Amino acid sequence: MSSDAIGSAGKRGNSFAHVEAAGWGRGLSTLLRITRMTLRHPWQVTFAIGSTIIAAGLQLAIPQLLGRAVDETQIAFAGGTAGAAAEDTLWTLALVLLAVAILRGLFTMSQNYYSESVGHHIGYELRLACYEKIQRLSFSFHDQMHSGDLITIGMLDLEGVRMFFSTALVRVVLLSILIGVGAYLLISTDVVLGLVALSFVPFVAWRSSVTQLRLRATWLDLQERLSVLTRVMEENLGGIRVVRAFAAQAHEMLKFDKASKNALSLAHERVGIRVRNTSAMTFSFFIAMGLVLWVGGNKVMAGEISVGTLASFLTFMTILQMPVRQLGMMVNSFARASTCGSRLFGLLDLDVAIKDAPDARPLDINEGTLRFENVDFAYPSQESRPVLRGVSFEGRRGETIGIVGPPGSGKSTIAHLIPRFYDVTGGRITLDGQDIRKATLASLRKAVAVVQQDSFLFTTTIENNIAYGDPWAKERRIERAAESAQLHNYVLGLPAAYGTVVGERGVSLSGGQRQRLSIARALMLRPAVMVFDDSTAAIDAATEQRIRASMKKYAEDRLTIIVAHRLSSLMHADQILFLEHGEIVERGTHEELLARGGRYKALYDLQVRPGDEMLGEFGAAQ
Amino acid sequence: MSEELETERNDVREDGRRPPRAVVGSHRIEEEMFGKAFDGRVVRRIWAFVSPYKMQVAVSVAAVLVFTGTQLVIPLIIRYAIDNGMVVGSPDPSALGWAVAAFALVILINYGASFVQASVVGKVAENMLFDIRRAMFGHLQKVSLSFMDKTEVGRLMSRLQGDVNSMQEFLETSVLSVGDIVLLFGIVGVMLWLDFRLGLLTLSVLPVLFIVRIFWLPLARKAFMAAHVTNSVTNGALAEAIHGVRAVQSMDRQQVNFTLYDDKAHANLRTHLTASRYAQVMVPIVDSLTGLAMAVVIVVGGSMVVNATLDVGVMVAFLFYIQRFFDPIRSLTMQYSVMQRAMASGQRLIEVLDVEIDVKDKPDAIALSPQMDGSVEFRGVSFGYNPKHPVLKDVSFRVNPGETVALVGPTGSGKSSAMALIHRFYDVQQGEVRVGGYDVRDLTQESLGRQVAMVLQEPFLFTGSVFENIRYHKADATREEVIEAAKAVGAHDFIMSLSDGYETGIEERGGNLSLGQRQLLSFARALVADAKILVLDEATANIDSYTEMLIQKALVTLLQGRTGLVIAHRLATIRGADRIIVLQNGQLIETGNHDQLMAEGGLYSRLYNLNYASFDDIPDAELEAAVEGGSQT
Ligand SMILES: Nc1ncnc2c1ncn2[C@@H]1O[C@H](COP(=O)(O)OP(=O)(O)OP(=O)(O)O)[C@@H](O)[C@H]1O
Ligand SMILES: Nc1ncnc2c1ncn2[C@@H]1O[C@H](COP(=O)(O)OP(=O)(O)OP(=O)(O)O)[C@@H](O)[C@H]1O
Ligand SMILES: [Mg+2]
Repeated sequence: MSSDAIGSAGKRGNSFAHVEAAGWGRGLSTLLRITRMTLRHPWQVTFAIGSTIIAAGLQLAIPQLLGRAVDETQIAFAGGTAGAAAEDTLWTLALVLLAVAILRGLFTMSQNYYSESVGHHIGYELRLACYEKIQRLSFSFHDQMHSGDLITIGMLDLEGVRMFFSTALVRVVLLSILIGVGAYLLISTDVVLGLVALSFVPFVAWRSSVTQLRLRATWLDLQERLSVLTRVMEENLGGIRVVRAFAAQAHEMLKFDKASKNALSLAHERVGIRVRNTSAMTFSFFIAMGLVLWVGGNKVMAGEISVGTLASFLTFMTILQMPVRQLGMMVNSFARASTCGSRLFGLLDLDVAIKDAPDARPLDINEGTLRFENVDFAYPSQESRPVLRGVSFEGRRGETIGIVGPPGSGKSTIAHLIPRFYDVTGGRITLDGQDIRKATLASLRKAVAVVQQDSFLFTTTIENNIAYGDPWAKERRIERAAESAQLHNYVLGLPAAYGTVVGERGVSLSGGQRQRLSIARALMLRPAVMVFDDSTAAIDAATEQRIRASMKKYAEDRLTIIVAHRLSSLMHADQILFLEHGEIVERGTHEELLARGGRYKALYDLQVRPGDEMLGEFGAAQ
Repeated sequence: MSEELETERNDVREDGRRPPRAVVGSHRIEEEMFGKAFDGRVVRRIWAFVSPYKMQVAVSVAAVLVFTGTQLVIPLIIRYAIDNGMVVGSPDPSALGWAVAAFALVILINYGASFVQASVVGKVAENMLFDIRRAMFGHLQKVSLSFMDKTEVGRLMSRLQGDVNSMQEFLETSVLSVGDIVLLFGIVGVMLWLDFRLGLLTLSVLPVLFIVRIFWLPLARKAFMAAHVTNSVTNGALAEAIHGVRAVQSMDRQQVNFTLYDDKAHANLRTHLTASRYAQVMVPIVDSLTGLAMAVVIVVGGSMVVNATLDVGVMVAFLFYIQRFFDPIRSLTMQYSVMQRAMASGQRLIEVLDVEIDVKDKPDAIALSPQMDGSVEFRGVSFGYNPKHPVLKDVSFRVNPGETVALVGPTGSGKSSAMALIHRFYDVQQGEVRVGGYDVRDLTQESLGRQVAMVLQEPFLFTGSVFENIRYHKADATREEVIEAAKAVGAHDFIMSLSDGYETGIEERGGNLSLGQRQLLSFARALVADAKILVLDEATANIDSYTEMLIQKALVTLLQGRTGLVIAHRLATIRGADRIIVLQNGQLIETGNHDQLMAEGGLYSRLYNLNYASFDDIPDAELEAAVEGGSQT
């Protein structure tokens, strides 16, 4: 029935826009926004709400029919009607009741199905929006956000928002109809008894709003504590080698217990709040029922109403019993949706720091010249701490630039700025004269490839990992890239060769194999600028030489930037930059720098000649 | 965890629009998503976690019974009130009073029972949730690294969270379903007691329900299972996107990944809609049967009332019961899928709890004393992560107390693996590894860990302050010790330049530090540990030679009276070692000091020369020879 409604590709293309469009009134509350999102599926919402109304109406008819039936028997019993006539009426009533029950079932089914369906559709849209946002948010965001928290938002919070329509909104409609129409019917039948029957409503309404507030506050707090616990577990498992290497299991258990107890105590508190609320609401409901029995019973005895009327009052109350019990859950859903929603929408509404400028154009690369012009940079999380200061250099196609410098001098930062993982805070970077901030991100990142210092491998086959940047690549190219990275022979020795799945973060590979895999992955791209950020540190010199030799042809068509600590890796570069505290302190070719007798020379000597005798000289040079 | 190695290669999409080699998320799906609805083994194991709370569980079951009892009694009271208090003819005025009083009493009991039941169950379920999680976490601290190597963190996390949560859900609802079952039987009993014939007639609709369910169940099960599988696949893909976001952005894969993820999310949507269709189709069936039962009561019961063979009150009570009757059936249906899920989760939890601890202390294991001599010896060691593919082959060497020995060799030759054996991360297949004169298998792992400090190839830092990270191993280390270690490795200056010095927070995995800085911190962390044996696995690979030189200077004093094992590719780094061991393809091929090895003219001397000669000068033949077999392991 609805698979066709969602199946078409056109509809799927749109679904992402739904989330965006629902995003306009930021000032309005989260719940309104979720509601607006649901309205993006007008037909399903209409079906859901329409069915809810009809089902509620049918449900309200049931006590009426039952009341009539009871009255009928009473009248017949008292000799009011003939037995046969009474029987006929009973038959009619029974058939009507059966029809009503069947219809009610069908409409309830449609109510449940469509409201869940709306929820699933919203969930689908939010998933896409969330995924897209997470993929687009810039490095500086991910630097500061713990991955576990993002996972919580993308899974738990999303669930809370998704469930809002079916567990909260539709129930509100159902409950208000049951109570509203019921109130009208009851009060029009008997004012006093009607008021008595509904006496629990104000109390329940008050209780639920109070509880809703408290649950909301504690929910946020609980999430906070749970994410601490998640972090403890995740880091422990991710860093299990460190934990083992330092025999720190006991310490880790302590950390775990602390986080765990912290979360547990709040979880208990929340159970208390919930239980008190639900019990109190049910109790107030039963009190109302008792009063109906008392007041109604007296009225029956006084002959003011019939037994049937009383029976229908009481049946009406049993019908309400389920929704009232569910009211507790509903309150919970409200609390959950508004807190989850505010976090989820908080993420979705985040501004992407690095994105295409409005007038961005694709890069137009002819010569392949990269220029750093007086570049200053500080990481957004530590704005007061400059990492690069006045860095200028230029390199063109076919050239190689080497960068050396002590840890933290800003080498990787330079590598991060070229593909615009971060934006410079001063000066500019150009490719063939075009400021990279004016180019489209997609074209820029196609033009620049970086082999990261600590590369992330995906849990998939070696083949898929190598082809990550170019999934359409031919098998032959993949093998060629692996050959160039000196990985081919190793891979062929594996039981499933290129089909071997490498574990998370590549644990089943040695450090050097991992680095070679990420080099192969980069070689699949055909960028204008290729950056190797210290990506051969764990590879022995001989293998590294072979990699370089096989890349010679490849390097002719592009600018290569090599960051390395082993000078043999970059001594052949056309230009070597020596970076210190974010500034270029020496530059030139290997020979020039050696002749100059500065820091580079000292570093070189240190690597070539036995250490101790050099230290004095080096110290002098610094 | 099945190894479906080949599947992905053939997983080429037909429509041509999707890239042939791209996947998002792990392609290995959780095997058993839905177990049997009842699995005795799982229940017995889980029972172990329940038994500490036996009292509370008993109390809450009792409370549930009382609660259910009150539910049953309420219609009876109403019936009494109607039949005795307001029946046409001779109403008994006091009957209503009694009825209302009884009603008040019953709802008070109902209130108390539901309160006790819900709060006790809720808290016990929370407690157990944390207990199970703690047991698993504790167990994971002991299982061997070879298990951890092949198990993704994300997968373990989903067990520690998702599976544990569905156990909790199960426990919470199972107490309620005890109530449901009791209620069901109670209602049947009361109806039969009130009027046997009418009761029987009413209940005759039940077999229809059971027949329908027999057909419905297998289909619904399949649908629920599919929904669960697609859900976990989609979530897995999201987690991957979060962890690998930097790689994704730098290779501009967002668009492709988005399309692939859309496929998964959309499949998830479809399976959920199907599942919800299956779940909802039962609603009209149950409702029609309710209607049918009520119609029967109206026609048959009504004529019995007219013929004075039945009290009106009984008829009203019947109508009440019928409406209540289908509630437990409905929630038991729900409960069934919770139960299936819980059994499958329980299965997976047990799987983790049952992972064998293959590297464990012997019963009579000796504690390695800090006064031991610090010698390390490999005697004919053979080892492989997979015993069929040995990574180390018959390796023997000895590191004398106080000596510093360097391990060199081409990448993948087994250096890191040899270091891991010293710490007994894995057990050897042949030969023995001896530390301080004892076979490591005879020592307690805790005492061994205290005496062997390692700087691992991958510097892993925990979120927390710089200070906390450096004193990770020694929680009681003083500020001075920490600063001293930081100074020794040349990290002090950069730490002081951070916004809060030693109190600066470190982001996830040390993301706000450069790799070299992370390496320095993990180096300092090993120094603070103050162990007898120091293992440095490429500890200075990402550090420039000058800083490294400073570290080495400091190490000379630090290593006094300690044993050092150093792995490095920069041969200049290890020139100063007392002895050098050259590994190739898992075999020890040369050993001696720098001068001896240079004189020998073997692999070492060739590697050494390569390391700084401009490679344009190297004849290809020389290159071939030097690397021969080296990188082709
Ligand atoms: N956890 C693991 N599970 C399975 N295989 C592994 C694991 N770790 C390493 N290997 C394999 O064992 C071999 C030796 O790896 P090891 O890490 O000891 O090499 P290495 O000499 O330290 O290399 P590198 O210098 O590149 O770090 C490699 O072929 C590697 O693929
Ligand atoms: N994501 C980040 N957030 C904040 N500060 C950072 C971040 N990444 C690096 N830094 C800081 O910026 C400085 C430069 O780091 P960078 O990674 O560029 O150094 P590097 O020269 O590559 O060092 P290494 O040789 O260790 O790789 C360091 O002081 C580091 O602490
Ligand atoms: Mg770096």
